[in-house]
Amino acid sequence: MHSIHIPRIQVSFFRNVKFSFERVSKREKTSLSDKQIKSKTGHWQSVVGLEIHAQISSRSKLFSGASTNFGSPVNCNVSFFDAATPGTLPVLNRSCVEAAVLTALALSCKINAVSLFDRKHYFYADLPAGYQITQQRAPIAEDGKLQFQVYTPSIHKKPYLKSSRIKQLQLEQDSGKSLHDSIEKSLVDLNRAGVPLMELVFEPDLEDGEEAAALVKELCLILLRLNTCSCKMEEGALRVDANVSVHQPSEPLGTRTEIKNIGSIRGVANAIQFEIQRQINILNKGGVVINETRSWDPVYKQTLPMRDKEEKQDYRYMPEPNLPPLRLLIEGQLIPKDAKNLVNVTELQNRIPELPEETRRKLIKQYGLSSESAIQLVNEDQLLQHFIEIMKLEGRDAQMIVNILLIHLLTTLNKNKLSLEKCSVTSATLGEIVDLLQEGRINLLIAKKVLNEVVIGNSKSPSLIVEERKWIQITDEDEITKICADVLKNNQKMVEQYRNGKTKLFDAFVGLVAKHTDQRANMEVVVKKLKMLLQK
Amino acid sequence: MLGSSIRQIGARLRDASVTSSELCEAAVRRAEKIKELNAFVTVTKDVAFDGAQQSNFRFSKGKPIGPLDGVPIAVKDNFCTQGVQTTCASRMLETFNPKYNATVVQNLLDAGAVLLGKCNMDEFAMGSGTVDSFCGPTKNIWRSKFDPSVQKQNASGDGPNSQDRHDWHIAGGSSGGCAVAVASGAVFAALGSDTGGSTRNPAAYCGLVGYKPTYGLLSRHGLIPLVNSMDVPAVLTRTVDDAILVLDTVAGWDAKDSTSIAIDERPACIVNDQNIQNICVGIPTEYHSPGLSEEVLEAWNIVADIFEHAGAKVIQVSLPHTPASIACYSVLNQCEVASNMARYDGIEFGLRSSESESSDELFASSRRKGFGEVVRSRILAGNYFLLQRNYTKYFVQALKVRRLIVNDFERVWSSGVDVLLTPTTLSDAPQYKDFIRLENQQQCVMQDYCTQPVNLAGCPAVSVPIKLSKNGLPISLQLIGKFSDDRMLLSVGRFIEDAVKFPRLNLND
Repeated sequence: MHSIHIPRIQVSFFRNVKFSFERVSKREKTSLSDKQIKSKTGHWQSVVGLEIHAQISSRSKLFSGASTNFGSPVNCNVSFFDAATPGTLPVLNRSCVEAAVLTALALSCKINAVSLFDRKHYFYADLPAGYQITQQRAPIAEDGKLQFQVYTPSIHKKPYLKSSRIKQLQLEQDSGKSLHDSIEKSLVDLNRAGVPLMELVFEPDLEDGEEAAALVKELCLILLRLNTCSCKMEEGALRVDANVSVHQPSEPLGTRTEIKNIGSIRGVANAIQFEIQRQINILNKGGVVINETRSWDPVYKQTLPMRDKEEKQDYRYMPEPNLPPLRLLIEGQLIPKDAKNLVNVTELQNRIPELPEETRRKLIKQYGLSSESAIQLVNEDQLLQHFIEIMKLEGRDAQMIVNILLIHLLTTLNKNKLSLEKCSVTSATLGEIVDLLQEGRINLLIAKKVLNEVVIGNSKSPSLIVEERKWIQITDEDEITKICADVLKNNQKMVEQYRNGKTKLFDAFVGLVAKHTDQRANMEVVVKKLKMLLQK
Repeated sequence: MLGSSIRQIGARLRDASVTSSELCEAAVRRAEKIKELNAFVTVTKDVAFDGAQQSNFRFSKGKPIGPLDGVPIAVKDNFCTQGVQTTCASRMLETFNPKYNATVVQNLLDAGAVLLGKCNMDEFAMGSGTVDSFCGPTKNIWRSKFDPSVQKQNASGDGPNSQDRHDWHIAGGSSGGCAVAVASGAVFAALGSDTGGSTRNPAAYCGLVGYKPTYGLLSRHGLIPLVNSMDVPAVLTRTVDDAILVLDTVAGWDAKDSTSIAIDERPACIVNDQNIQNICVGIPTEYHSPGLSEEVLEAWNIVADIFEHAGAKVIQVSLPHTPASIACYSVLNQCEVASNMARYDGIEFGLRSSESESSDELFASSRRKGFGEVVRSRILAGNYFLLQRNYTKYFVQALKVRRLIVNDFERVWSSGVDVLLTPTTLSDAPQYKDFIRLENQQQCVMQDYCTQPVNLAGCPAVSVPIKLSKNGLPISLQLIGKFSDDRMLLSVGRFIEDAVKFPRLNLND
């Protein structure tokens, strides 16, 4: 509603408010190699619990009409309320409540018909009111569960299903941002102050960083389906705190540390793995793990103690007196007689779209994909959409499409340093390449070349490209036999070596034929013919 | 002219025997005349003249907006007024110039009322005397040199000894500036705020009607809070009728205040001479507190008798938890104060000290310089009560007691009582020199004894002046009504007003 422009606040601060992180000392330095961690972990058990802050995709803030647009000029999305101007009062944003309920339902939470708001007090320059409005006593939802597949191809041979309980989901305000851009001054940007957050508190049900990363990934997929959070971690739209401890199997849980504000999914895995190993190293040397807050340095790949949280805070929680209890309409539960315009939970339940796990099941059942392929496809929504689109034409080979998308398209993009988001190749184009392959008009090597063409911007159709470049596959067996015979004739020495037992050379012959035919030969036939000729 | 009621002055504006501008000029002159009483923090002369001129125009077209068009009013300096500094009588907000109007202020301006000024108060409304203000105390107009009876005594040589500079009476508080502004005739009505009696108390000491509406009936948007769960914008006028006019203008649901409620649309049971026998007046025995003065007790009896003679049913009732109320009120008050005051850190608005060692140092020194001692001590106490280890012992306990107090009222209402009749204050207005013998907090415990339980319960109350004490100072009584039953309550107030014929102050021009 109101938007005021607060001039850049220049405060002559600060020596001790600057976040300065102690560089980790040598004795704590550990290698990040996963194998090493596994062998060293040995008898130690690690326990991981996550707290995730997800900014709700709403147009306006949780308690004010100011915009939530990311990247607006400094201090332009600030209402009087957001600046804690005296006399202003919070007014709850209905769409944020709906987003929280929708999310909670998708995570099998129990929705509370009545939830409450509380003030959490601490002094900080980017917290204008001196307190954050949150839901400490009675959150909007509790007791949920998130199931997810853990599968990092470089680490796990097989995916496995893991589940983490959700203690609670609560609505709360984001804080502003402090910019300590010089020794002399600090600047405060309140654009983020009051942006709606869902805080999801998970039980410590995880064992390592990969499980944590997989949980975060699955949560992102769900939130994106629900359209309740953009999950752009690079913009801080989703932030992860991890509680980590290690202990001996027969003993109670160890002292935990909290890693704050991890900004990427790989960061979650790496930070936790590092922290587990750091704690194990300390304990193995007879040391003591201190209960502290640490940050993750993605450049140096280590967690470091955060100085500004040294003292234990007493947040002096108090009920927020300006917000009446939040009531929701739940089927079968009593409605207070004066209640009107309540958010209808049952209605929202019906608005939940297909969730990722359901999609995976469908992919496996309908198209016969492996669970690995299903997981990978669902992880990349754009590829999933391509897959579904390409499969609309009957008779196409699902596994071949999966290979084109998950292996060859990604490799081609990688080679050209392009991201999937920026790839404008249409499903129709990809489908045509699949058809050319399936019909035997081109082989896989040519398919990759065609992929490369369309990825770097050739707008002609794959058939036309193949035609123009004369990339049509050579399938004529006599022709191939002749080429193979020529290749062998020109490499008598190698043939002799091969026949004397150096069978590894077979691939070299295949390669030579491929090269000789500009990679156009049908390789299956080539292999068959070469074997035949060499046996003679 | 300045001493008349809103209805009377409205009639004169309509028949053009006076214009809004003339009225405004007279009001500004009156405000200047009583300057030494320190009723105003800011006299908004220019805003007032502008407003009056626009009102002139509407009257000249024959199209006034309503009964408040052209009527000079004032608001306590804790209501945000766009473009007019709003200080809360604190150094912290000395330069605070809001960019928006409080909803109730906007409603008054939309009705054509003329804003004459912002009134003095205890710092952030923490007090009951209007003595703890960064711009000095407000003095009661009664028994001051402006009081016609004092002028008469002076003329005959037996007036009060004006040599003693503390020999004056407090106006009550924390809305003391509003009370003096209305009592002096400078304005016809003022908006105060009432958290534990802050409007009823000065109204009682200044011989005015002080009406504390049902919690939520008037929007708090733009009222700088003391205790959010008890604060209400409240009305000071010279007559009950005037209070009703202001209520009708400012009340109503406000999207900007989630605790606001719609005006009850049910036809109110209006009490008058004819149907007074249908009502039941409760006299709560617990309000007969040890410190109650003989004269207030006498007034209490007189009015109870008036009710009885008029045919109303008058019964003794019990609100057994009243003695625990003030302690409960203190704890909740200080906890919310600690929280509400946390925003004054010198960053976005308000006083910022030049401290640059660190942000924590900046916060600390801005707050040390900006807040008076009363405010600082309440913040300290409140934060202590809210510490994790103390929360259950103090805050939760206070909430439980609050529930018992609400239940006390509920029980009385369900037993058939329509209104409660109690003292507003324990005595007439104390002299400043006596008042400051006790600390602010101790004074509040005494001063708010009869008024704060109502704030804990949220129900409406009105203080009505009854008679003069032998010192020549007003003595008032309080009527308490059921939640949302404001109109019925005010009609009972009018019945009393008519019956007692309180001798209102009428300043010579």
